Amino acid sequence: MDESSLALPISAVLCAVVVAVMVGASWVLGKRSPNRAKGAVFEAGNRAVGEVKSHRFPVKFYLTAILFIVFDVEVVFMYPWAVVFRRLGWFGLAEMAAFVLVLAVGLAYVWKVGALEWD
Amino acid sequence: MQQLADRLIDTGFLQGLPRGLGYVIVVALFAFLMLNFIMLVAGVTSWLERRVWARIQSRIGPNRVGPQGSIQWLADGIKNIMKEDIVPSAADAPLFRFAPYLAMMGFFGAFAVVPFGDGLIVADINIGVLYVSAVTALVVVGILMAGWSSNNKWALLGGIRSAAQIISYEIPAALAVLTVVLFTGTLSMQGIIRAQGWAPWNWFLFHNPFTFVAFFLFFVSALAEGNRTPFDLPEAESELVAGAFTEYSGLRSLLFFLVEWGNLYLIGAICTTLFLGGWQVPAFTDSGLVLGLAQVLTFFLKAYFLVFVAMWVRGTLPRVRVDQLMTLCWKYLVPIAFVNMILAAFFAAILPNGSIFVKAGMCVFGLGLAVHFFQRVLFHLRRAKPELHLSPIV
Repeated sequence: MDESSLALPISAVLCAVVVAVMVGASWVLGKRSPNRAKGAVFEAGNRAVGEVKSHRFPVKFYLTAILFIVFDVEVVFMYPWAVVFRRLGWFGLAEMAAFVLVLAVGLAYVWKVGALEWD
Repeated sequence: MQQLADRLIDTGFLQGLPRGLGYVIVVALFAFLMLNFIMLVAGVTSWLERRVWARIQSRIGPNRVGPQGSIQWLADGIKNIMKEDIVPSAADAPLFRFAPYLAMMGFFGAFAVVPFGDGLIVADINIGVLYVSAVTALVVVGILMAGWSSNNKWALLGGIRSAAQIISYEIPAALAVLTVVLFTGTLSMQGIIRAQGWAPWNWFLFHNPFTFVAFFLFFVSALAEGNRTPFDLPEAESELVAGAFTEYSGLRSLLFFLVEWGNLYLIGAICTTLFLGGWQVPAFTDSGLVLGLAQVLTFFLKAYFLVFVAMWVRGTLPRVRVDQLMTLCWKYLVPIAFVNMILAAFFAAILPNGSIFVKAGMCVFGLGLAVHFFQRVLFHLRRAKPELHLSPIV
């Protein structure tokens, strides 16, 4: 294994440790006097109404997530293509142009059926 | 980094240790230094940003703690550590406690591949840019987790808004990066910098019209991904209290703000790497140390200039609405980015090494744009006749 990729998990673990130390310091240094009002849900001073866990949020967010998966996964496919682009030459360009054209048709369809309208 | 580790293991204080262990120690030390540097930069940025907005809005800004208020950020940090760590009783406690860790890890993970100078990088991995966009996605998970686990309506709305926004803007950002990768043929951060030169006409910003457009696409998308005004909907103070971070207090909320301010420098550093020539300086001296310092300073100043531009944008533009945000991304940036990328590919196929005429033309165009901009500024200054306070010290 390449030694330099070892640095990635090391820095992640180190960051977690430092954050834990900071949170720990705050736990030691901070005062603690919990009461009911402090633990209550903040709703701009009003009593909280209803449950959040059963709260429904607009379907638009799911739609955005689906669109993201379609387009972002395609973009990830393009990264290896871009790296070897010079070796592929005109053939690679033609292939990718066709691929992007198909994607563009998809985007146009999504646009036309109104999936991009937020309201 | 690799050479430094090798030298330390062969001749330095790590002599005699097994190679793998020595390497782990060197990397951990370097990453720890980096973490401190990032916290310092994020802290100073938080103070500087408040000062800059204050000047933009004809106020004074923080000026009490230290000379000109310059250690205000330290006071804020200490105060936050001394505060009570409240976990609301309705919250999902383990998730609520874990969310800041994820956000911090995702944010700091990206710094492992951010260069500071020639050879000054924690890990020069061959998929650098891709790794940055992959690991910063962890921040979204952290914010979403914070929003969901708070069991608060504002927080939930802020969290899902943030997720929708960040994943949407990921697409134009990734396509803008691709436009540069077409010309470098490598994803390594140092490789991309080495493909450029110290002079502006050797930067990718002025390489051709398509990378020029890609720079603006990337900067706008990066601002949106970093939840910056005008795209700071996830924590829109005037509508969602504090968005996903409503229920957070004390140190845990500080960590989220650390991520936000640190992200600014990350945006600047990545833009500098991709488009502004990174740490490249002309070889004006033989001394390796002086050259190294010049490189570090060059990189930092370029990145910090972009941080300043982000502050400026925040002081100038109002927040957009959610529907405007989504329209801007899906109906403008995504199609422009796709077209731009394909046109750049055509350009790269015709002129694989660029053309001196195109570069010169782009430089003249960029200069003209800057001159025009300052002329407009001067025109408005003359017309409005405001009182000018140019000194940064009040």
